[in-house]
This record gives sequence, structure tokens and C-alpha cells, in this order.
Amino acid sequence: MRKLEPRKREFIIETVIRAAGFSAIFFVAIIFLFLLKEGAPAFWQVSLGNLFGQRWYPNEEMFGTWPLILGSLLVTVGAVILALPLGLATAIFVRELAPDWLREILKPLIEVLAGIPSVVLGFLGMVAIAPLVRTYLGVPTGLTAFTGSLMLAYMALPTIISVAEDAIDAVPKEYRDGALAMGATHWQTIWRVVMPAARSGVIIAVMLGIGRAIGETMAVMMVTGNAARMPHELTALFMPARTMTATIAAEMGEVAQGSTHYHVLFAVGILLFVVTFIINAVASFVVIKGGPRRGGRLMG
Amino acid sequence: MNGRAILTLTVVIGLAACGAQTGQVGTAVPGAQTSIQNKGSDTMVNLALAWAEAYGQIHPEVQIAVTGGGSGTGIAALINGTVDMANASRAIKAEERAEAEANGIEPVEHVVAADAIAIVVHPSNPVDGLTIPELADIFAGKITNWQEVGGEDRPIVLLSRESNSGTHVFFLEEVVRQGRTDDETLFSPDTLLMPSSEGISAEVRHNPNAIGYDGLGYVTADQKVVAVAPAVGQPYVLPAIETAKDGSYPIARDLFIYTIGEPQGAILAYLDWIMGPEGQAIVKELGFVPLKGAE
Repeated sequence: MRKLEPRKREFIIETVIRAAGFSAIFFVAIIFLFLLKEGAPAFWQVSLGNLFGQRWYPNEEMFGTWPLILGSLLVTVGAVILALPLGLATAIFVRELAPDWLREILKPLIEVLAGIPSVVLGFLGMVAIAPLVRTYLGVPTGLTAFTGSLMLAYMALPTIISVAEDAIDAVPKEYRDGALAMGATHWQTIWRVVMPAARSGVIIAVMLGIGRAIGETMAVMMVTGNAARMPHELTALFMPARTMTATIAAEMGEVAQGSTHYHVLFAVGILLFVVTFIINAVASFVVIKGGPRRGGRLMG
Repeated sequence: MNGRAILTLTVVIGLAACGAQTGQVGTAVPGAQTSIQNKGSDTMVNLALAWAEAYGQIHPEVQIAVTGGGSGTGIAALINGTVDMANASRAIKAEERAEAEANGIEPVEHVVAADAIAIVVHPSNPVDGLTIPELADIFAGKITNWQEVGGEDRPIVLLSRESNSGTHVFFLEEVVRQGRTDDETLFSPDTLLMPSSEGISAEVRHNPNAIGYDGLGYVTADQKVVAVAPAVGQPYVLPAIETAKDGSYPIARDLFIYTIGEPQGAILAYLDWIMGPEGQAIVKELGFVPLKGAE
């Protein structure tokens, strides 16, 4: 058999790669259309006042999604506040401060963290962490939004660490040499030169971490108590909460197909999609506005 | 998680039934295989599995596939004609019956056992008895501290099963609304909705503030069961097979199996066996309440 001439071969390879690239867009579009088709009827079957009410009790046709949206945001924001400083500090330590032998031990260990199934973490949280939260924080129950945040922070950490570490690693050595040559200390170099240069990668790390956190279901369902209450007070983080994902997972199994409740659960899926989209859009905006990577304001 | 366990058990029973057949090749009539599809209530799934397993040993020619999913799921499957028997921990609703009849299916109800709902608290909780009106106020969020019902000065943490469980619906109607159909009281929004019985028992074991409810068959020794009185001034009764049977324990309900039309053949034989002494012995063994006059 004669070999294909190079130009033809190139053409076939390029077509395959292009098709793979477009398939991602295609699948996202298909998923969104499906969500829209199943979820849209909820917006005319249920009045908007009900859909954005404050009480979620589907048995009595009460479909207020506010407690669910706020519950998801509460748990996610808590997780980011916990995971961000810890993740960045770990990334800086692993890349800039740790000796080589320690880095070789730490990196695989961090990757193992990422491989723990969320249901195992959820079980650990329910049996071991929740009682500790109750005892040491003096709250009525350990099944709180905060416990969910702890679990999610733990799950988002490996993502944040790995991606942030790669971003820091990509900063050219000349930047560090230059800063040190101008008399900056080690810490000044890290904080004023390396971190600003790696900023866009670090922001992506955080966004991926948030994405992991807001979409997580199983562990959250097991430790947050699933009470659909409005977080009115400042201490709401230390009270039970019900997230959008846990609601869909808990109720989809038994809902009759085509019923109002079924459509509303898909509408909750649309809301989740929208919230995630807004977070991503804000992140991209921040990255673009921050100028190109390794931009000019180094010593700022 | 639960679904997978059920699936595994179904497979195991299927295999056990196959094993039993090959062991008695001589006695089984070839070609006389019957299979019964049985689906529904999660409360009853262990009971239905135990029945299917025991029946499979004496009647290897009948294969019974048991799955859970909830009372509503089982009845929906019966309406669609995909199962032969639906387990339900609540009676069929009027709209479900209408839907079935529109499909040309007449669901026939069989009471196969009863179940007492136990009120459970942490073993260190000093409260021994509660009345139904007190329970209604506790779960509606009107009573929020154990002190108000004779306990310590602690906040009350409410635990319930998810709102799609038959047990949840029964508890809302019979306890929170005290059986009044015009009552529109709901569970307090602070109620923790646990995805499993294990979720409730884990929290009750660990948390001295907690109160929960679950079928008597699911109560473990490390939880404290509270006695219940129907009203103030009436005697407090602990849930047990005897007290549920004689009606003195106020929170008890019937468990049902629905069939398509009057049962016939293998299904009739299986139902008769369930309601007979052997089936009812299994009911008692698993902590449910056997039918009157079955022993």
C-alpha cells in the first residue's frame, strides 16, 4: 500500500483535531439546550413569586429557590476563604522554599489528595468532623454550611495547589535573579515579583477550585444538614444549609417525569449553570483586565 | 449509595435462586420459570428482600426481583405496568389511582404488615415521654428548647427523612398536623433533611440536642426511644410490636403491597405466603409489626 502524500495526511490530522475541538462546543450547547427544554416549563408552570420565594417544600408546591442559591453560595464562599490562603501558601512553599527532596515527596502526596472519592470524604465529615465542629464551636449541630465548606476546601486544595504551582513555575528565572540582584529579600522577591507575574495563572487556579466546590454534591449532601433555610444572620455559616446540587441529587430520584417538580429541578440546574457562568465570566474579565501575563507592573 | 446496595442484593438473590435451581434440577419443571418484579418503598426494601430470599428457597421456580426507590417510584412503576407488585409505606393517592385507571390498570391494595414510627433522641437526653401536640410543636419549630418539654437547657435540632420519603409524608400528616386535613402546618425550615436512615442515627448517636424519627426496625441500641402519649393526661407508651398491634402506640401505620388487578397464579401464591405464618415471622424478625391473627 502506498503511503499517503504528506499534504493529505496533514489535512486528515487537522480535520480530526478540529472536529475534536468543535465537539466540546457542540456538547456544551446540547447540554444547555436539554437543560433549557426540561427546565423552561417551570418558569410558566410556577409563578415567579413562588420560584424566587423563600420556602422550598416541593410536597406542597412551594418551590422557593432562594434558600438553595444562597446555601450554595454560602458553602462555596466559605470553602474559598478556607482553601485560598492555604492553597497559595502550599504552592509557594512547594515551588519556592522547599528543598528538592521534600518537593519530590509533597507533589505526589498532593495528587493523592485529589483522588479521594467525595463520598468517602462525606462519610468522614459526617462521622468524624461534624461532631468536632459541634463540640468546639458550640453550635447546636455539627451538620452546618461550615462543615460543608471544610470538606469542599479540602477537595479544592489539590486543584488550587497544582495549578498555582505550575503558574509560579512558569515565571522566568531572570525575574527572580533580577529582583535578588537589586537587593530584594527572598520573601520580597516572591511576594512583589513572582506572585504578580504569576497572577493570571493563580486566578485560574482559584476559579477551578471554585468550580470544583460549587458543583460538588455527595460530600455536601452528607454534611450540611440539607435544611432549606434562609441565611438571614451573620452566623448562618454555622447553621445547616441546603445546596442546589444536593437538592437535585436528593429529589430527582423519586420525582415523576414531566411533573412540575421535575421541571423545577431542571430549572435549579439552569440556575446553577448561570451562577457558574457568572463566576467564570467575572474571572475571565479580571484576567483580561489584568493585562497580559508577565505584564509590566512588576515592581508595583 | 443505597441504590447500589439494593442492586447488589437483587443480583445476589438472583444468583442464589439460580444456585438453588441447579441444585434441584430433578424437581424443577423445565419451562415453568416465573419471574415477579417487585419495587417501591425504601422502608420496606429489607423486608421485601428477606421475603424474596426465603420464598426463593422453597419455590426456586419463582424469581423475585426486588428494588427500592421509594413508595412513589413503586406506584409510578405499577401505573406504567413495568412491575407486578409495588411496595408502599403509604396508601395510594386518589390522583395516582385515577392515573392508573386511565392506563387501564386497577391497583388492588393488600395490607402486608404494619410499622411503628419511633421517636429517637441521644442516650443522655433526660426526656422520657412526649405528647403528640408537643411533638407537633417541636417539629413545626414552635418549641425550640428542650427545657420547654422538661429537658436540659439545650437547643432542639430536628432530624427528618427527605421530603420524598413515605415516612416523611406520614409524619407530617399524622404528627405535625395531628391528622387534621385542613391543617397547613409544615416542618420547620430548620429541619435537617437526611438522605438516609443512617444519617439520622449517626446524628442522634453523636448529638445531645437532636430529635429524629424512623421506622422501629431501623432503631439501633445506641439511640434512646421516647415514649409517646396521644394527648396530655393520657399514658405514655413505648413503641413495640405489641403496642403498635393493640393500637396503644399512637404513631403506627400500615404497609402495603399493590398488585395489578386481583392477584393470580404465582403472585397470589406469593402474597398468601407473605400474609401466612412464615412471611409474618420474617416481618417480626425485622422489627416490623405482623398482621393481626397471623401467628
